[in-house]
Amino acid sequence: MKHNGHKTISPKAHLPKCPTGIQGLDEITGGGLPRGRPTLVCGGAGCGKTLFAAEFLVRGAAQFGEPGVFMSFEETEAELKANVASLGFDLAGLVRRKKVVLEYVRVERSEIHETGEYDLEGLFVRLNLAIDSVGARRVVLDTLEALFAGLPNEAILRAELRRLFRWLKDKGVTAVITAERGREQLTRHGLEEYVSDCVILLDHRIHDQIATRHLRVVKYRGALHGTNEFPFLIGDNGISVMPITSLGLNHKVSSDRVSTGIPRLDAMLNGRGFFRGSSILLTGTPGTGKTIISACFAQAAARRGERVLFFSFEESPNQIMRNLHSIGLRLEPLVEQGLLRFHSARPTLYGLEMHLATMFKEIAAFKPQVVIMDPITSLMVAGTDHETKGMVTRLIDYLKGGQITSLFTSLTHGGHALQQSEIAMSSLMDSWLLLQDFEGNGERNRVLYVIKARGMAHSNQVREFLISNRGVDLVDAYIGPSGVLTGASRVAQAAREKSAALTSQQEAARRKRELVRKRATLEQQIASLRSEYETEEVELRRLDEQAGTQTRLLTAERTELARLRQADATVTTRTNSKSRLKGKR
Amino acid sequence: MNTRTAKRRESNSNARPAKVWQLRLYVAGQTPKSLAAFSNLKKICENHLKGRYRIEVIDLVERPQLSRGDQIVAIPTLVRKLPVPVRKIIGDLSDTERVLVGLDLRATA
Repeated sequence: MKHNGHKTISPKAHLPKCPTGIQGLDEITGGGLPRGRPTLVCGGAGCGKTLFAAEFLVRGAAQFGEPGVFMSFEETEAELKANVASLGFDLAGLVRRKKVVLEYVRVERSEIHETGEYDLEGLFVRLNLAIDSVGARRVVLDTLEALFAGLPNEAILRAELRRLFRWLKDKGVTAVITAERGREQLTRHGLEEYVSDCVILLDHRIHDQIATRHLRVVKYRGALHGTNEFPFLIGDNGISVMPITSLGLNHKVSSDRVSTGIPRLDAMLNGRGFFRGSSILLTGTPGTGKTIISACFAQAAARRGERVLFFSFEESPNQIMRNLHSIGLRLEPLVEQGLLRFHSARPTLYGLEMHLATMFKEIAAFKPQVVIMDPITSLMVAGTDHETKGMVTRLIDYLKGGQITSLFTSLTHGGHALQQSEIAMSSLMDSWLLLQDFEGNGERNRVLYVIKARGMAHSNQVREFLISNRGVDLVDAYIGPSGVLTGASRVAQAAREKSAALTSQQEAARRKRELVRKRATLEQQIASLRSEYETEEVELRRLDEQAGTQTRLLTAERTELARLRQADATVTTRTNSKSRLKGKR
Repeated sequence: MNTRTAKRRESNSNARPAKVWQLRLYVAGQTPKSLAAFSNLKKICENHLKGRYRIEVIDLVERPQLSRGDQIVAIPTLVRKLPVPVRKIIGDLSDTERVLVGLDLRATA
């Protein structure tokens, strides 16, 4: 993450940089503060200037082998050690090992009488001594403006400060100078006039009763830098700045698939579930079963032997587990095996950045393969939509970088706000499941859609989502002429259809029987007709034969007669035969 | 009222001669300001503390480590170590009036 960010922003560095070691800052500045030059850090009271400076120095000494001098005008050595020790910096140890020199300069106006011309050579001498005593490469002056309160002659002071910054540059040390934020200008006493290389502004802002710290690089001569305001926080490990824009979009991707824990849901997702390392959004109105789906997913992952981290912002772990008993899901054994860990925190407990830092810490410690946030929308009360989106982006980037599959549930309320949270976040998500209440016929039923699933063929069909004491299941919702039917109406419709089917089956059987009967009748008729016909045919043949015989006999008779009468044989025969036929008719 | 205060001051200052004023002048090299400060201081002491003062000049260029003890920032700085309380006067001491106020020598003048 760090490396990527660095790559994307860093120009061809002509200007040598001095890494601060402060998480995120080096990404924004493309490598750190300008080496060998003074940097001005300004901000109001309590925004972390001293800590910023201390961390710069401590990390320089501990991580980069650059000893440092901390010249404090406000806090004594002992106070300083104690203050930064609470943030995990062993300043006292570094001082003992001669890596860091703490130099407390006390300027008390009431003790000082001014008589004539003077300069600040004493300060230079002290600083020089301190630098030389450890071979310091880094110097912190915190805060130089205390001099304005202590020394009355501003003209001398300004001239001397100009000389001081020049001197620091000549000395080749990388310096951090802190200053109070002024009303009209960056600093109260206009120190930015003297420090022209790099100016960083820290800010502590309260929005809706929640304070968030911001850091902005106002100016960085000779280098590209992130110009945005970046939220930062002071955690157990010092300052961490979380740049959104510096994160690269170049995660490794996996084509592995992970089951959702619900077979029918897997089936809707091309039969194999989600991609490993993808981000999944689960939105739904209250009571649609978001936590239950999350729990099924968690259980399936833990049963595969993966570690699951479940962030819950609304329910305590015990409550979640108790409630899941009602659907026959027992997560306790998985928790005992150390495969499932719950982390519950009230969203209003602290600001978004702190939540994010806590999550990062938990994730880094537990090294999960699956992370569940239930619900992410709760965090919106801790920040604006925009901030939440920024946070989710960073979280997703972080998770994707680690190939961690993440499931976020999002609560949508009825009415116009239904789409709001999804629009803000859905574009970041690889898969989006929508759970909805379907109201009709005096009952509510849950339905599930897969709205998107990047990179896989997925079902566009609505499924009814059933929760029973045996777990959850998806069934096909009935889609008919009267619309989508779910629940009791789906069952009723199914019964109706079944009976209709039965009726039509019976009807068909009846028709078949009738046909058989008709055919039998017809065949019978055909047989009788045929026999009738045969009888007639026999009769006809008999008659025919009879007629033939008669003719033959007659002919023979005529011939005999003609022979006897000795007449013209042919003519007589024809005439006679004609008359005979006439007489017959 | 006035006389009583004056008397007490006088008795105080009468007690003081037993103690020697310890003055420390911090300079950094032989700069014109340093030299001016030293000669101004010498003059004031001769006028007001004749015989009961001691001036120690510390050149921070030679002994920089001594700058920490008295919290020296400005140069030149005159530190009145004794009598207590410690007082600090910065500048080249050209404004005699202010130096006297600063050293609390006004009353004895």
